[in-house]
Amino acid sequence: MSSDGRTAGPAIAVRGVSKRFYIGNRARPTTLAERVARAMRNPFARDDREVLWALKDCSFDVAQGDVVGIIGRNGAGKSTLLKLLSRITEPTSGEILMYGRVGALLEVGTGFHAELTGRENVYLNGTILGMRRKEIAARFDEIVAFAEVERFLDTPVKRYSSGMYVRLAFAVAAHLEPEILIVDEVLAVGDGEFQQKCMGKMEQVAQAGRTVLFVSHNMHAIATLTKRTLVLDRGACVFDGSTMDAIAHYRAMQASHAGIAGAYEAPPGTGGIHVASARVVTSEPGGVHRSGQPIRFEFELEVPDVLRSLCFSFEIVDAEEQSVCQLWCFDRDARFRREAGRYRLVFDVPTLHAYKGNFTIRTALADRQTYHEIENLWQLCPFIVVMDDIERQDFDWDDGTRVYLEDHTWTLTRAGSTDAPQRGGFAL
Amino acid sequence: MTPAAPLRLAPGSRNVRRELAETWMARDILYTFADRDLRLRYRQTVLGVAWVVIQPLIAAGVFTFVFGTVAHLSSDGKPYLVFTFAALSGWNLFSGVLTRASACLVGNANLVSRIYFPRLLLPLSVVPAALVDFVVSLGMFAVLMAVYRVPPTAALLTLPFWMLLLSAGALGAGLVATSLMVQYRDVQFVLPVATQLLLYASPVAYAASRVPEKWHTLYYLNPLVAAIEGLRWSLLGTPAPSAGSVLYASAMAVLALIAGAVVFRRMERGFADVI
Repeated sequence: MSSDGRTAGPAIAVRGVSKRFYIGNRARPTTLAERVARAMRNPFARDDREVLWALKDCSFDVAQGDVVGIIGRNGAGKSTLLKLLSRITEPTSGEILMYGRVGALLEVGTGFHAELTGRENVYLNGTILGMRRKEIAARFDEIVAFAEVERFLDTPVKRYSSGMYVRLAFAVAAHLEPEILIVDEVLAVGDGEFQQKCMGKMEQVAQAGRTVLFVSHNMHAIATLTKRTLVLDRGACVFDGSTMDAIAHYRAMQASHAGIAGAYEAPPGTGGIHVASARVVTSEPGGVHRSGQPIRFEFELEVPDVLRSLCFSFEIVDAEEQSVCQLWCFDRDARFRREAGRYRLVFDVPTLHAYKGNFTIRTALADRQTYHEIENLWQLCPFIVVMDDIERQDFDWDDGTRVYLEDHTWTLTRAGSTDAPQRGGFAL
Repeated sequence: MTPAAPLRLAPGSRNVRRELAETWMARDILYTFADRDLRLRYRQTVLGVAWVVIQPLIAAGVFTFVFGTVAHLSSDGKPYLVFTFAALSGWNLFSGVLTRASACLVGNANLVSRIYFPRLLLPLSVVPAALVDFVVSLGMFAVLMAVYRVPPTAALLTLPFWMLLLSAGALGAGLVATSLMVQYRDVQFVLPVATQLLLYASPVAYAASRVPEKWHTLYYLNPLVAAIEGLRWSLLGTPAPSAGSVLYASAMAVLALIAGAVVFRRMERGFADVI
């Protein structure tokens, strides 16, 4: 928890901060002509825009050197809080005091330009993030070594693999060395080895006595990196305490929501390209699915602007936050790449091979051209896979030991014999 | 242990001195953005830098044919091609800064909604890139001068002043335009039409002396008249604009800068919310 003030001064003080958004995109004029037309039609109309409080009366303190986690469901206000702390937007009311240089890493690779080389992008991104060119030059070799892209420094980043791209982007941000580091979900990208490296780097930053605020859906990462965690729900800070308690609180919250909210609806006011709704159609009512039965995943995608390299994918994720499998629609001719609008995208899996347990899905909308993560949603549409109608002799299905079952056959013969084999197997 | 003054973020909490200091601290961004724009412009084009020269050359050629050969307008005694090319370099500096500055916020929406940095650096960064283009086209101009045997005059020494005047005016107008464009996208449709009109309301393809006396008061309300005539005087030794008109144009440029800065600052806080 926060220190007593004798050993460390304050780093961040958040006092009754709220952030209001106006929602209902259609209701808002976006051109002057529209606004004038509206004013002429009804000159006495009141402002009838709907109000959304993305953050409401949020207060907390962080002492210097504290490493604090922030967790909460999608739309709970985490991103808004980070945007306020990193000065991208201004609070509607309340105040925030920041003591020291702030470095924010809200999205890996923002400010990278696909046509520029790796070397040029390091300078571009570094200066935007707040480094002087001299500082970058001094740390250039270190950054490149961390990213492991030495050989491709003079290649435009559009030819990079997504792994290289992400590594380089994180490397630049990781060498920023601010007094207060704000990190949003960087571990969602990259391979396992690289994630380990990121975690290591963040631990190093924390041990150097700098203040770190860390948002993640990855409870393992939160538990490893932080001792104190805030839980946000519907714009309010509902829990502030030890990370273990916070995770328990969050899990309980999840469970209570899971019963009612099988489907996902984008919070009102969500802008840009996004998943408007998501639904899992399980074989049984109430989000219960029998293993081996066909399952369907339904999405509605809102695409207000055409993006030729738009990719949609989702993963089925188990209770330990491990991805079980990925399903995707990266088709070159996909309609949502060619025309703006709202699309319904349905995935059918003829036989779900998941082992019994609790699952959620994780969606990703990305721009293949720039590797921009447009939207990532976690823990949508919780569903339970059951296997109570599938029998197995001698050994019952035990809980949580595996995530996946495969159809198989076996043949059994006495070694060296040519007798007719004994046959068996399993099919879902 | 604690730095002297914490940064306070609250509705309407603005501190001009702090903002200016931050902008200065982050001045490298200006360089990086300008560098990015230049590299991108000249990469993957076959002719590269040559485009900066070819574009005004073609435009000057068209003007020469239409106004010089067909309409027989006078060009203050200078070869028509050189005459229009000089003014076009200046015009391109102005319209280049204006168009790019006006598009800089919406064009960098990804950046603006995801990272904080002093926003003013975005529109500021278009000036160096436009100046580089200007200098490149000056090189072409020198070649034209040699070909047509037009000697430079002592007025050439005033060139930096006209460059400053043109880019400052354009930047001021661009700041207003870019702030408005975040909220009202119709600015991007109005602007090209307005610049097109302004091109013909300025002495680019013709000499200001050709405008009938009785229209002069109205004509000189356009501050670009004095700026373009001044630039041409400096490059070619054509008749200089009157001191009064230059003073007026300078005052308008300063005014545009102030207005631009005020509007930009006022709209700045909401950029990320609406963009």
